[in-house]
Amino acid sequence: MPLVALEGVGKSFGDNRVLTDIDLTVESGEVVVVIGPSGSGKSTLCRCVNRLETIDTGRILFEDKPLPAEGRELARMRSRVGMVFQSFNLFAHRTVLDNLTIGPMKVLGQKRPQAEARARELLDRVGIADKADRLPRQLSGGQQQRAAIARALAMDPVLMLFDEPTSALDPEMISEVLDVMRSLASTGMTMIVVTHEMGFARSAADRVAFMADGRILEISPPDTFFDAPESERARDFLARILRH
Amino acid sequence: MLGTALATMRVSPVPPLRWLGTAYVETVRNTPLTVVFFFVVFVLPQVDVVFSYFTFAVVALSIYHAALVCEAVRSGVNGVDAGQAEAARALGLTFSQCLRLIVLPQAVRNVIQPLGSVISALIRNSSIAAAFGVQELTGVVQRLTTANPDSVIAVLLGGVVGYLILTLALAGLLTLTERRLAGAR
Repeated sequence: MPLVALEGVGKSFGDNRVLTDIDLTVESGEVVVVIGPSGSGKSTLCRCVNRLETIDTGRILFEDKPLPAEGRELARMRSRVGMVFQSFNLFAHRTVLDNLTIGPMKVLGQKRPQAEARARELLDRVGIADKADRLPRQLSGGQQQRAAIARALAMDPVLMLFDEPTSALDPEMISEVLDVMRSLASTGMTMIVVTHEMGFARSAADRVAFMADGRILEISPPDTFFDAPESERARDFLARILRH
Repeated sequence: MLGTALATMRVSPVPPLRWLGTAYVETVRNTPLTVVFFFVVFVLPQVDVVFSYFTFAVVALSIYHAALVCEAVRSGVNGVDAGQAEAARALGLTFSQCLRLIVLPQAVRNVIQPLGSVISALIRNSSIAAAFGVQELTGVVQRLTTANPDSVIAVLLGGVVGYLILTLALAGLLTLTERRLAGAR
């Protein structure tokens, strides 16, 4: 049984068709990296999986069950799916430590000592243990994104969604975030990663999904995809980004 | 309180609640306060709701200013980056937790000054209660002018100063609160 299955998913924003007939399954423990030109719908695809965006047609199954409608059940589903955003979205009025404990305490009902111990452990794992009592804006972009990954992990999710996690970062901070993601992938975490980082796709992905114009044109293992892409669009895309 | 509840309705994911909130705000905000007063004072007794004129005045002022508070709070909520609420929902927080723990605490800062204007308007609008015989500043001024027709100007000026003391004290308090919050940030 796949952990996540998208079946014939379609979505439009007004007249603008952003997703067309998307079929995608993600098995437990698998890392699927979604790449493609800007505006191809890959971010929207990622956001549909935890229903931050609703879909117009088709269906999305999580653990074999359709995503619930807005409400408690959806909140419960989301609590098991971690999400990392392009713009970090750490809670600006709370310390890094509070950012990590609020979910476990308010959603999972953990007691503060337990939640804090786990939070400190995770901050240590992403290499910012010394920033626990800082506010998010006192951290660099790379540190904020690592804190955001730790916040998502604090919920002990079964799936992690990454929506262009390094696109808002300065080049020298990208690798520190990718390193955290790569080590997470090696622990067997199920991940859907939308990114422009081809090096990460090649080294960490089990499968690469290539999107253009709201469709998935190709899904294949990274070596196959990068060395011998099937579609014209993918060859074009790779030629353009790998040229320099 | 009512204003915050209304603002919650207007940003809630439940469409009927949103419509209800919007309908309330648009109706009340576009009705002259005097009409709201008349409505409360003359219509409520028809359905056997009878209070003193003072309570009626409080009710009328609350109904009216709740709409204004709602709009102030709502603009504050809208001023909080949408990503904050998205991250909260993605963690599995419910709508009310998201509002209470993440959005409203950050909205407070944006809301202080607009809320101040509303409270200041509330203080000044309380003068309408005078027409219904409630003991308040304008009413007192009226009585004093009738009693001392020779010093009308002095008494009126006294009334103005009275309002100024209240509203300026409020403005000072707000600036102080804002600074305190800015420091805590």
